[in-house]
Amino acid sequence: MPSLGADMDDGTLSQWLVHPGDRVARGDVIAVVETAKSAIEVECFESGTVDALLVDEGTTVPVGTPLARIGPSAEDRPTADRPPSTPLVRRLAQDRHVDLAAVHGSGPGGRITRADVEHAEPELEPARAPERDTTAGPSEPTGTGIRRQQGTESARRRRSRGGAEAKTAPTARPPRPVRSDDSTGQRQAPQRAKSSPLARRLAAELGVDLGEVTGTGRGGTVRAQDVRSAAAAEGAPQPAVPDVARAATARLMSRSKREIPHFYLSTTVDMAAALEWMRARNRELPLSARLVPAALMLKAVALAARKVPELNGHWGVSGFVPAEEVRLGVAVSLRGGGLAAPALAHADALSVAEVMAALKDLVARARGGRLRASETADPSLTVTNLGDQGVEAVFGVVYPPQVALVGLGRIVERPVAVNGLLGVRPVVTATLSADHRAADGATGARLLTTMEKLLQRPEEL
Amino acid sequence: MSTRTRPRAHPDDDTTTYREALREGLREALASDDRVFLMGEDVGRYGGCFGVSLGLLEEFGPERIRDTPLSESAFVGAGIGAALAGMRPVVEIMTVNFSLLALDQILNNAATLRHMSGGQLGVPLVIRMTTGAGRQLAAQHSHSLEGWYAHIPGLRVLAPATIDDARHVLSAALADPDPVLIFEHGSLYNAAGTLDPAVHQVDLDHAAVRRQGTDVTVVAYSGCVSKALEAAEELAGEGIGAEVVDLRTLRPLDDATIVGSVRRTHRAVVVDEGWRSGSLSAEIESRICEQAFFELDAPVERVCSAEVPIPYARRLEEAALPQSAGIMAAARRVVG
Amino acid sequence: MNHDQAKAFVRQAVQRVVPDADFAGLDPGVPLRDALELDSLDFLEFVEALAELSGTELTEDDHPALGTWDGCAARLVAEASASAQGRSA
Repeated sequence: MPSLGADMDDGTLSQWLVHPGDRVARGDVIAVVETAKSAIEVECFESGTVDALLVDEGTTVPVGTPLARIGPSAEDRPTADRPPSTPLVRRLAQDRHVDLAAVHGSGPGGRITRADVEHAEPELEPARAPERDTTAGPSEPTGTGIRRQQGTESARRRRSRGGAEAKTAPTARPPRPVRSDDSTGQRQAPQRAKSSPLARRLAAELGVDLGEVTGTGRGGTVRAQDVRSAAAAEGAPQPAVPDVARAATARLMSRSKREIPHFYLSTTVDMAAALEWMRARNRELPLSARLVPAALMLKAVALAARKVPELNGHWGVSGFVPAEEVRLGVAVSLRGGGLAAPALAHADALSVAEVMAALKDLVARARGGRLRASETADPSLTVTNLGDQGVEAVFGVVYPPQVALVGLGRIVERPVAVNGLLGVRPVVTATLSADHRAADGATGARLLTTMEKLLQRPEEL
Repeated sequence: MSTRTRPRAHPDDDTTTYREALREGLREALASDDRVFLMGEDVGRYGGCFGVSLGLLEEFGPERIRDTPLSESAFVGAGIGAALAGMRPVVEIMTVNFSLLALDQILNNAATLRHMSGGQLGVPLVIRMTTGAGRQLAAQHSHSLEGWYAHIPGLRVLAPATIDDARHVLSAALADPDPVLIFEHGSLYNAAGTLDPAVHQVDLDHAAVRRQGTDVTVVAYSGCVSKALEAAEELAGEGIGAEVVDLRTLRPLDDATIVGSVRRTHRAVVVDEGWRSGSLSAEIESRICEQAFFELDAPVERVCSAEVPIPYARRLEEAALPQSAGIMAAARRVVG
Repeated sequence: MNHDQAKAFVRQAVQRVVPDADFAGLDPGVPLRDALELDSLDFLEFVEALAELSGTELTEDDHPALGTWDGCAARLVAEASASAQGRSA
């Protein structure tokens, strides 16, 4: 089960498009997976023959669970399950947001080593597995990639705002109690539920999501009995109708507030110049290419992030790691609830027109549940724009493992003193929520003021 | 030595002691094979400093029960020479602490000659020595260094923990064409019990499961086996089923029995009277992690001696050694 | 183009953006963006759709007039009659 971002813990295999014995080529779409937010077609990036489908349709499995086993050729051969990963590898993978299911294990028996995880970083794209030795050894399961979904019925349903339909999607799973947080705050690295090796093996065998299991061992460690109980409970009828997207948001935001010491800054940005420039541009542009203020502001944030790299990156076990590019996350509210924050890659290098086009495309596809894997990979900085909902300021919650979030309010006309004269100008309140572990207020202030200055010279954006 | 004890006669019942069982083993070996002889400090006229060989001089004569000078290197070397020449010597070293004086002979000659001669020379030597604490004999007589010997390829290292094993360990050791070290725990000599008449030999290749249990494997050997069994008995009252594995042979380790038990219980406590750092317990824990990592439902716990020279004062000595209370606490931690 | 025809265009344009938008109880005088939770991108998409469906040219400066269902319809009718007069003139 591929991961689509920090807030995805599991996915539901809604449809298999191949059968055991089928030959598949790299890039073939082999299954449809439903996540909390969207339906996604899963492609394999190995060629071979489908040995076995390991997950039944309609089953929800944790990220990292092998979905199918693809053998190098059609001939029968002894098969072996992918060895469970070690605690170190799993922690590394989580910290670095590497999808273990997509990592080729170079260790004994295909076990994923620490180096494999490190090499899988920073891009989420899994490393291309080396040529297989087709003459020896048990076949290994191959990882799966993702490609955009062509618009399934379920995606359409998610876009609908009725809500009831989407909520009763057959694949959704009721929420189980989120494990109690026993953290004493001694470690600031991203929290990971401790689980015994046996518990992990059982969880994989029983299809139990360890993140959802309440640990009763020392320090909340999940043990074998906990997994068995959870598996038994899962079989029992569940009373409530789930809201999976809500649960995903809840988990991620809880983690953020649990781990990240936030600080908040706010400034008022005069938008007169920017809007004037935008309107002039829009008069010349065809309707389909017209700009909205959000595009200008996003571009300004992206440029500011490039100039203040201390806030553009991720917090990991060894502290802050600056990102190599500006991947601007755009918080998109989904119809029917929930949030997605897909990323605009290289946002600082795009022209305003390109940002606008990319934004339209991204928002449409986020709502349609057709995001690409590359877009769901972690952004380096997220922008939330609640201005469209009519509020003047938004003080957001940082998306871990990012360290900052820029909030943009509604553009409003306000009396403003300019050059000693009172005038009515369009202004917007820009805020910054930031992780105090990674940066101080002065750094945050630099980001906001840089952005403000950029918006005074829109023609240079 | 002040702990010399006269052999007890048991005219009225068939109970015996660990010491008597060892002596019976010696007597049997001396009687059945005239290549076998015993030598060491005070093994003859004094009867052995722990009384194991008491009466054997009278029975077998000074040619076969030989008192040696206080020179471990010399008499172990002599034993190696005799073994090379076709004899089946049994050499007694008073305690493992003093065996270090003979370490050069044991490691550089006894353990290596088979390999260095391309298989031409074998050293069928048996060395018995006392190990362990618990008798207020202080640091020079109380350490548990058998783990060091278990490090050495070319040696077989035995640690009988029961009266049956004590009775039959020697014949099995003498049957080995290569050097064998037998560690007798000093606190066990007076342990009394009944020999099982059905047992006629000891299986040196396998660790013994002394008690079955489903919740935690307690691996112990030598003097700690009885402590582990005591702990297991107490734990049973708390609803924790402890399986006690007696290693019996410290080298080569019986991985299959240890790991097999852990596969059933998913938790392990390793008890070792040696010091924790670089100990046999570390080796056992490593093997459990190597071979049964994905069977473990809790980190492996160890109960070892405190990292101090074993103290003389009784309370301090007790505090420094693994005790059943510590084993129980460790078992409770892993079972949770 | 009469007012009802114009309102039908508006409804169709909105439904391109929000397929299951419910017009049954919609007050033609309330702001569309609030009632239907359209963000700026949705609104742009709506204007685009409306222009295409009705064949009307809508500029940035028209946006304020397009705030309500009625406002949109009125703008379309006005534009249609203006261009008709232009042709007849």
